[in-house]
Amino acid sequence: MHSPEEAKRILEAALLASPEPLQVLELKRLFDQELNVETLRKLLDELRGEWSGRAVELVNLASGWRFQTRAEFQPYVDRLMPEKAPRYSRAVMETLAIIAYRQPVTRGDIEDIRGVTVSTQIVQALENRGWIDVVGHRETPGRPALYATTRQFLDDLGLRSLQELPPLEEIAKTLEFEPEVRTEPEEVRTGTSG
Amino acid sequence: MSDVAAPVSFGKLYGEPVIELPHDLYIPPDALEVILEAFEGPLDLLLYLIRKENLDILDIPMAPLTRQYLEYVEIMRTKNLELAAEYLVMAAMLMSIKSRLLLPRPPSADPTEEDPRAELVRRLLQYEQMKKAAQALDELPQVGRDVIAISVWIERTVAERLPDVNAQDLAEAWRGLLHRARMSKHHRISREELSVREHMSGILRALRERRVLEFGELFEPERGVAVLVVTFLALLELARELLIEITQSECFAPIYVKLGHAQS
Repeated sequence: MHSPEEAKRILEAALLASPEPLQVLELKRLFDQELNVETLRKLLDELRGEWSGRAVELVNLASGWRFQTRAEFQPYVDRLMPEKAPRYSRAVMETLAIIAYRQPVTRGDIEDIRGVTVSTQIVQALENRGWIDVVGHRETPGRPALYATTRQFLDDLGLRSLQELPPLEEIAKTLEFEPEVRTEPEEVRTGTSG
Repeated sequence: MSDVAAPVSFGKLYGEPVIELPHDLYIPPDALEVILEAFEGPLDLLLYLIRKENLDILDIPMAPLTRQYLEYVEIMRTKNLELAAEYLVMAAMLMSIKSRLLLPRPPSADPTEEDPRAELVRRLLQYEQMKKAAQALDELPQVGRDVIAISVWIERTVAERLPDVNAQDLAEAWRGLLHRARMSKHHRISREELSVREHMSGILRALRERRVLEFGELFEPERGVAVLVVTFLALLELARELLIEITQSECFAPIYVKLGHAQS
């Protein structure tokens, strides 16, 4: 039987050693049935607290728990990197946003919203990154592929689920604008002609 | 303190203090080219024009907007920028909306008929929403760009780490199976008719059902050494024909078999 302190150190070692996020169920295997999921979560929360204020933090993602550097230190770490990670272009980010918020979508859906053709390179860049994949085909002529975001997308952006995406700006008000707007041009017209 | 504050100058131009900021900042022609190239399409350009002029997006004055839009498109054309067809489609759409607004409406017109601008406004707002969402997404810390996933170095003394399955691992797995087969040898009653191809199909069928199988699961040691040999040969043949993939994450880890790319 391990003391909570020992258990936390074991969790810490396993998480630090793993290159991939670890799920609570996987972490449970570190202990011989002696800890339940509830206790593990509590210990993980405590461990996360213990690391607050350090350059490294413990985060809970879609695929489980992972240690990572804090974003505020990236500018310094970058100085040692031979090349900086490039930013994705607006075209890539807009395509990604549409897939993330409107999934599953076809290329045609994306083009409807952006008003321009979506190039194959953009879709490929996101596929190669492992952020999107084809989850099916729409049963319309041509059977276009339906794209969705992957779990890795959530992991890489530090999210546990799609619900944690930044909220969309409300556009519902536009649904009611029509009757009001409709009358205006007419009044102007009758005014000038009469 | 004086009530009349001296006019604040923003800087000096040809020795004269500049009191008022120009209404719209002057954009040198070369810079304009850069700006035009930065638009992600006609919707993006329209949004820029609407927001720049502080127009009410729910009540767009079509005439000035269309005029400005056409001016920009014309500059793009004369600057020999690659002008996507979508820009011209949008130009046509703007002019069509404008003309429909100008036409008098017959008194018998269906009052539920939509404002000609409604569809455009819906698309503009929808695009703007996604454009902002993209910016918000880009601000989230990204692994590899803003944060690094930590993995500390572990001293592994067990064995040299191998990236992929090698012949020796296969041989080990094979020996283990042979061993198990030997233990159940006495169960064998008669020699079976064996075919490598038949076993190849069997393996593919098993994989179609379960997608990924552990190496050992594909063998039935109870059926004797001969069946094991044929199954093994079938596996090798399938691997050679790239119909299956055999992987192992590290030394002594379980070996997994799954359908090759050509199959899935």
